Amino acid sequence: MKLRQRHFVALLVLLAGSIASGSALAADTIKVGVLHSLSGTMAISETTLKDTMLMLVEEQNKKGGLLGKKLEAVVVDPASNWPLFAEKARELIEKQKVTAVFGCWTSVSRKSVLPVFEELNSLLFYPVQYEGEESSKNVFYTGAAPNQQAIPAVDYLMGLGVKRWVLAGTDYVYPRTTNKILEAYLKSKGVAAGDIMINYTPFGHSDWQSIVSEIKKFGAAGKKTAVVSTINGDANVPFYKELGNQGVTADVIPVVAFSVGEEELSGIDTKPLVGHLAAWNYFMSVDNETNETFIETWHKFIKNEKRVTNDPMEAHYIGFNMWVKAVEKAGTTDATAVQEAIIGIAVPNLSGGYSAMMPNHHITKPVLIGEIQADGQFQTVWQTKGLVVGDEWSDYLDGSKDLISDWRAPLACGNFNVKTGKCSAKK
Amino acid sequence: MPMRSDSYRRHLLLATIAAVLLVLSPYAAGLARSAPGTGFEEGMTLLLEEDFGRKAAGVDMLAESSDPRAESILETMLAGELFYLKENRTLVQARPEGDGFAARAILGDADLGTVAKRKLKKIAINNSLRGQLESALARLRLSNADAGVRAEAVNKMLATVTPESRAQWAGYLQSETDPAVQAALRAALALTVLRDGSAGPAERRAAVAQLAGHLHPTVRNELARLLAGEPEAPIRKAAQRALEGIDARLAWLDFFETFFFGLSLGSVLVLAAIGLAITFGVIGVINMAHGELIMLGAYTAFVLQQLLPDAIGTALVLSIPTAFVVAGLVGMAIERTIIRFLYGRPLETLLATFGVSLILQQAVRSIFSPLNRSVATPAWMSGAIQLNAVLSLTTNRVVILLFSLLVFAGLALLLKKSSIGLQVRAVAQNRAMARAMGVRAARVDALTFGLGSGIAGIAGVALSQLTNVGPNLGQAYIVDSFMVVVFGGVGNLWGTLLGGLTLGVTNKFLEPWTGAVMAKILVLVFIVLFIQKRPQGLFPQKGRAAAG
Repeated sequence: MKLRQRHFVALLVLLAGSIASGSALAADTIKVGVLHSLSGTMAISETTLKDTMLMLVEEQNKKGGLLGKKLEAVVVDPASNWPLFAEKARELIEKQKVTAVFGCWTSVSRKSVLPVFEELNSLLFYPVQYEGEESSKNVFYTGAAPNQQAIPAVDYLMGLGVKRWVLAGTDYVYPRTTNKILEAYLKSKGVAAGDIMINYTPFGHSDWQSIVSEIKKFGAAGKKTAVVSTINGDANVPFYKELGNQGVTADVIPVVAFSVGEEELSGIDTKPLVGHLAAWNYFMSVDNETNETFIETWHKFIKNEKRVTNDPMEAHYIGFNMWVKAVEKAGTTDATAVQEAIIGIAVPNLSGGYSAMMPNHHITKPVLIGEIQADGQFQTVWQTKGLVVGDEWSDYLDGSKDLISDWRAPLACGNFNVKTGKCSAKK
Repeated sequence: MPMRSDSYRRHLLLATIAAVLLVLSPYAAGLARSAPGTGFEEGMTLLLEEDFGRKAAGVDMLAESSDPRAESILETMLAGELFYLKENRTLVQARPEGDGFAARAILGDADLGTVAKRKLKKIAINNSLRGQLESALARLRLSNADAGVRAEAVNKMLATVTPESRAQWAGYLQSETDPAVQAALRAALALTVLRDGSAGPAERRAAVAQLAGHLHPTVRNELARLLAGEPEAPIRKAAQRALEGIDARLAWLDFFETFFFGLSLGSVLVLAAIGLAITFGVIGVINMAHGELIMLGAYTAFVLQQLLPDAIGTALVLSIPTAFVVAGLVGMAIERTIIRFLYGRPLETLLATFGVSLILQQAVRSIFSPLNRSVATPAWMSGAIQLNAVLSLTTNRVVILLFSLLVFAGLALLLKKSSIGLQVRAVAQNRAMARAMGVRAARVDALTFGLGSGIAGIAGVALSQLTNVGPNLGQAYIVDSFMVVVFGGVGNLWGTLLGGLTLGVTNKFLEPWTGAVMAKILVLVFIVLFIQKRPQGLFPQKGRAAAG
């Protein structure tokens, strides 16, 4: 009896799995892979991006598809499990024969799939802000590099007279690398080591009492203090709640965050947070026609007027349109041809200008700084005048300041050392 | 790559102007006590400007106009409730109501009823303006009727007092009757002296004596600055002593604060673990879905708040019994359909309940979406209780600490005094004997599991006030819960209480030294070592039950 029950459950699971992967086979479609976690811890952020991709594909099909064929999105669920990302990526490329993949959120997941994409020579569009220090022939980084988010934010605060800095982050690769770059940058601007406090917390940290109290004390030394937060995901909600309760308001100690967007704020009561800052390349509140259309399409697609849009969604919007244009230009979906064609392609972004793909596989973006409002939106208080080119190898770290990346022939190298004149990848 | 754009320079310039205005304004306020109404009208029109610098000038004009209406206008502006009507540019106070805004004219106080959103334009403020509003309001509140408000206003202004404003502070001190406000004003006066380069040694020494024992951070910074640059040795010595006195008191307060943080963390651990102490401790079921039952409690709070959007406090209180029932019923359903077939097979129970936890998580993801849900904090649980200039206890933590003790006491009473409690204890001690005495063991098992699950639901309501309400809420607490129960001694409620509080306090005392990551690791290592030494936990079970 029990054995039969167990078999039944196994059958159900199998069935559910095959429905989810939606393996409808049709020869006259162009397949696009979507590699975002739909279950597990990262589902909170990545599910929205899966929906964004489905919407973009649907919109493109309404316009007549690509190269005369319909596009078809193939969705898989890597379940917030880093090794599973690599497996699922292989499945998408080898079995499903997708022409390009849009996906990943955390840097670990990107590092996990990177060898697969390089081995099978396929394309990955990565939509999230990250720590830099990487450039792959097969990856296009449509999120911000540190110089497109962290450094302008620090510049802005310095302009407001901030003299003491708290660098608070979750304990993993993105905050550690970003903080290393920021620390070097601040020191190069003459900030003393005693005026920098660095603090790391585990994933999902929920008891912020001591740390907020420490920040308060650090900020009471008579110099204007600010917190630069690379705290990730769920840990932000209790952090901001504690800030509000302990009375750390934005006019005393402003917090500028790099991982808090409209979506994260939709889960918090934002009234005590009004005035705290975030640096992004896009805010939902940006006022222009392209953005309005995008939001309208999104609301119609998701059938919920209350859903917000955010920066990584914009990155997918840019990345997808760049890929479409590159395929049209190359006349084929062949990975090598698209890699060549996509460099130099410019498409409209949602903050009112154009973004272009650079030879280092990063894109140009404006940098916006916004203050949190009581309705969970951001009010832009500062913006770069022009576009900023993503800098993959930071100029402030010893190991990387001499490196550049240029994937055009004849250099075609992701880490060319300008001092030694050698490409370290080609041994 | 550096962004030296024009707009950047303009912001810098504005910030500088605002800062200069801020420094000069107390002085100006002292001089410009002219007829009411001066600058009031002009200030009001400046508030309507888009440019933040012009708005800042408007705020200053209002603050200096000594018009009685200025304070409430600035308060409204700081709260983000100041709008103007697009048609005739009159200032209104507006609060969201339904689809529109409930508006009321600022001048004349006429109620305008509900106004559509597109007819209004918000007077936007940014951080520097916010800071300016705060200090302008502090200045206006120096003559507030409430002594507490006056003292707070003086304390807020301590950081920016200037030597020029000395006569003004002396004037305030003369007309002040409340001792607490007097103390704050004396500190302000002393600071004007220390910041004045031309003050004589006698004056400086008196000022240092005045500041001894004052805990405000500005005072400490000023004394430290004085110590570094003071030419007179006796004054240096006095400053040194004053600083040492302040530091000694701060160290004590620091200790007390950390202890409170520890108790608070401990109370959360106890709340999360106490349900498990019953299911795991009393009937010996390793319930991996315990965290998800906590999560269900938190979602109950969310749903009730959605149903009663105008009474979030009441909804929260109501969700305590509701969450108990919801989580309790789910727990009993799990026990009846799965666990009861697996009694005596811990490994299978562990796997089965782990499966249940995954199912519950994904169910919540499908029903409520994978996004976090916002559970609002009622006003009586926000903010902090200010004990003195540096020490404050956050209200939500105090409430949860008391709540967790209350839940513990209630549960202990239930087990000790009620007949069901007696049966639960009987079954836990010796199942066969209890059955022989006529206790229906199967029913008691179901009820006990329901009770433990219900308590987990209550814990979820409390956690909804501290952390995310999302599908992953339970996972974050399951390991900690098991840790507390095993450390405290399986099957012992008092062990859970003491174990939870001990772990919380240990964690918080380690954190400032080692950082949050290392503190957590050290606590785990400590528990591993402790269990090696005393496998039964803090309070081992005695007698026949232990042998069984």
